Amino acid sequence: MTHKTLALGAAVVAVLALPALGDTFGPADVQKWTAEQDAVVKQGRALWTDGKLGTNGVACAQCHPNAANTHPETYPKFQKQLGKVSQLWEMVNWCIRNPLEGQSLAADDPKMTAILSYVTYERRGVKLEPGKH
Amino acid sequence: MTPDDLKRRDFLKASSGLLGASVLPVSLVELAGATPAESFTFAYISDSHIQHVKGAQFVRNWDRGLMRAVAECNLMNPRPDFVMFGGDLAQLALPQELDHGAQLLSGLKGPVRMVMGEHDYYADDGAYWSKLFGPQWYSFDHKGVHFVVLNSILTDKAWYDRWPDGKARMAEMAGLDNPNGSPFQVGAEQRAWLKKDLANVSKDTPIVVFSHSPLQKIFKNWNFWTDDAELVQDILKPFKKVNVLYGHVHQIQYNQIGNISFNSVMATAWPWPYPQSYAQAPSLLPKLTVPINRADPFFERDATGWQYIDVASGRVAAHYLLPENPVRTVAFDAKKNQPVDLQYQDEKSRTLPQNHY
Ligand code: HEC
Ligand SMILES: [Fe+2]
Ligand SMILES: [Fe+2]
Repeated sequence: MTHKTLALGAAVVAVLALPALGDTFGPADVQKWTAEQDAVVKQGRALWTDGKLGTNGVACAQCHPNAANTHPETYPKFQKQLGKVSQLWEMVNWCIRNPLEGQSLAADDPKMTAILSYVTYERRGVKLEPGKH
Repeated sequence: MTPDDLKRRDFLKASSGLLGASVLPVSLVELAGATPAESFTFAYISDSHIQHVKGAQFVRNWDRGLMRAVAECNLMNPRPDFVMFGGDLAQLALPQELDHGAQLLSGLKGPVRMVMGEHDYYADDGAYWSKLFGPQWYSFDHKGVHFVVLNSILTDKAWYDRWPDGKARMAEMAGLDNPNGSPFQVGAEQRAWLKKDLANVSKDTPIVVFSHSPLQKIFKNWNFWTDDAELVQDILKPFKKVNVLYGHVHQIQYNQIGNISFNSVMATAWPWPYPQSYAQAPSLLPKLTVPINRADPFFERDATGWQYIDVASGRVAAHYLLPENPVRTVAFDAKKNQPVDLQYQDEKSRTLPQNHY
């Protein structure tokens, strides 16, 4: 054993002894993150129901009560009408552009995140079935 | 009535007018041997949800649905005896929506009778609707059948008093999945009226009841529900042949409870998911009901439509006219004593898109 490896060994021991390193978190953190998540789901529900995403006052909830028939558990899937494997946000944009006569949102637009969070929340507990038709 | 008991006759003049023969229904199913007095047809259009945008602008999609139904209905030959409109003519019960809807309906040939929907009502307790269309509940007789129209979308006073005004009530009631909404009811006043109205009707007389909400309990989350449904059913129980036709649900449903057959009608505006597609709540969708195909969002009229109804020997056969789809018929089957979809009964005969999940 050389002095060098010995020194390294000591350093590892020192690191392990330090508290709260790496991805360590406690109940207060979880509470905070859940609250953030819930707030975004709530924003999504508001966007879903208020008729302001498009230009004609139509709301997603008019055709999708409780976000039913949006099937987030099946995406990405082959969308026959688009002729390719597509993501959920692409179908969100389809419905914004058509029944709502609005403009597409960017995939990472906070509003899109909120919509996807809400849709997925309403579908909690349903098993993943990628590609299902 | 089974398919074998049925004979077909040409129903629409394929050559006439506006729309190509390919999109039109081609036949009327009529009970063989029924006397003309017992056998007749009426058309049923429902749930057009005319929605004001701004100025003179209304949501194009919903306008088109109603315009199409009116145009197709006008092509029926022979003519239906009358046209029913099943409620939710408007979206927020605004005078301009009801006016615009009334104007589109005025294109219909022949008499039109109206049913009140919650989207026609809550802004002003149905005042403007009544000014245009008359009483909110009434009855009439036609060719030996007693017809009753109910306003089934009333609700309890405690909920009513929770809100400052009609605008607030309409906003809350307009959201199908809004937990701040309130279950529908026919209410004591109309139930008393109904008892009186039926007191002089013979128990053999076929009865057809029109309501907006189902007079049965299907899915409370989306108000596919009438709170006093059982109390209304009790009043209808003594009659041998009772048919309840309802709108509101924007999908085909049918059921049999004792002597009462239930058929829903389609919306001209948009289709709704079946209750089982909401994963977080149990649904009581009648086991009898074979669901229609899932809608294609890329064809905006898919899974919308209107229907014509045959009344033969006092029983109802509902023919659903679904754009770009074959006509579907749900008819009372005397042997099974319940409504039956003439095409889809057997699990094996169902198509993949009939799986809703
Ligand atoms: C006019 C009615 C209507 C409106 C309004 C509407 N949609 Fe849709 N949408 C549909 C129909 C019908 C489908 C097909 C449902 C099915 O596959 O069973 C659909 C499908 C979808 C899908 C894909 C589901 C699948 O499996 O194919 C998503 C995601 C979606 N809608 C999101 C939205 C969002 C977000 C809004 C509001 C911006 C919205 N929709 C508004 C009618 C509508
Ligand atoms: Fe409706
Ligand atoms: Fe309704």
